[in-house]
Amino acid sequence: MENEAALAIGQMGQYLGAGLGAIGSGLAAIGVGNVAGNFLSGALRNPSAANAQTATLFIGIAFAEALGIFSFLVSLLLMFAV
Amino acid sequence: METGIEMAEEVHTEGALDAHAGGPDHGESGLSFHPMDQFIVRPIFGENGDPVHWYTVTNATVWMAVAVLCVLGLFVLGTRGRAIVPGRIQSVAELAYGFVYKMVEDVTGRDAVKFFPYIFTLFLFILFANMLALIPMSFSTTSHIAVTAVLALAVFLTVTIVGFVKNGAAFLGLFWVSSAPLLLRPVLAVIELVSYFVRPVSHSIRLAGNILAGHAVLKVFAAFAAVTVIAPVSVVAISAIYALEVLVAFIQAYVFTILTCVYLKDALHPSH
Repeated sequence: MENEAALAIGQMGQYLGAGLGAIGSGLAAIGVGNVAGNFLSGALRNPSAANAQTATLFIGIAFAEALGIFSFLVSLLLMFAV
Repeated sequence: METGIEMAEEVHTEGALDAHAGGPDHGESGLSFHPMDQFIVRPIFGENGDPVHWYTVTNATVWMAVAVLCVLGLFVLGTRGRAIVPGRIQSVAELAYGFVYKMVEDVTGRDAVKFFPYIFTLFLFILFANMLALIPMSFSTTSHIAVTAVLALAVFLTVTIVGFVKNGAAFLGLFWVSSAPLLLRPVLAVIELVSYFVRPVSHSIRLAGNILAGHAVLKVFAAFAAVTVIAPVSVVAISAIYALEVLVAFIQAYVFTILTCVYLKDALHPSH
C-alpha cells in the first residue's frame, strides 16, 4: 500500500517535471524569435547586406533552438524512459 | 523510449506491445495509437517481438538504404548524360552540388574544399532521410539519436583530428581566448572546453529532436481526426504542419551541414 502511494507520487513528479520541461521549449521559442526579429530589423535597414548573413541567421537560430530541444528531450525522457 | 536502436533492442526482447508499459496510460484518452509508436524499430522479416541484432534487417536500416539509393540514383543516373543543357534530374543534381559547394566555400574558406565530398554526402543523406520520413507509413531514421549520434560523432572526430594534424598543439589555442583579459582566460578556457565537448551532443540531438517532435505532433493531430467535432480542424492542421515539416526537413539538413562547416573552420583556423 505504502509502496503504491510512493509509486503514484513518483509518477506525479515525473509528469510535473515533464510539464515544467515543456516551459523550456517555449522559452527557446522566445530566443528564436529574438534572433529572427533582430535579423529582420537589421536586414530592413541594410537590405544589401542581408543575403550574406542568412547563414549566420540559421546558425544563431540553431544554437537558440538546441537548448529548447534539450528541454524537450528531458520532458520526453521523463515521460517515456524514466 | 525509442530514442535509440539499442533501447528498442531491449524492448523487443519483451515484445513490441509492451514497449510503453512504464509510460502513461493512454488507453482511455481516445487515442487508438500512441504518437511514439511510429519510432519503434521492427525487424522486417519475422515476428514483431524477435530480437534485433546488428545484422537484422529492420525498418530503420531499410529506410536508410532507400535514402542512400535515392542519392545514388539522383547523382549516378541524373548526371550520366553529362548534357551541356541539363535535363530536369541533372539540373536538380547540379543545383544541390552548387548550393553545398558555395556554402563550404563561404563558411569554411577555399582551403576546406577538399572536405566538400564529405560535407556534401552528409547533407544529401540527411536531406533524403528527412524527406523520405515524410512519406506516410515510412520510417523516420533521423529521429533516432543512435543514427544522428553516429553522424555527429563522425563530424566531431574528423574536426578534432584535422585540427590536431593541421595545427599541432596550436589547436589548443581554440580554448585559450587570447583577446580576453588574462584573469578571465582560465574561466573562459573551461567554458570553451565544455562547449567543445557538448558540440556532438547538441549537433545530434538538434536533428533527432526536431524530426521526432515534428512527427509526434503529426500523429497527435492524426488522433484528433478521429473525433468528429474537430475532425475538419484537425485535417487542416495536419496539412499545415506537414508543410512546416517539409520546411523543417530541409532546414535541419542545412543546419547540420552548415554547423559542420563552422566546426571545420575552427579546426582549420583556430585563431581566437
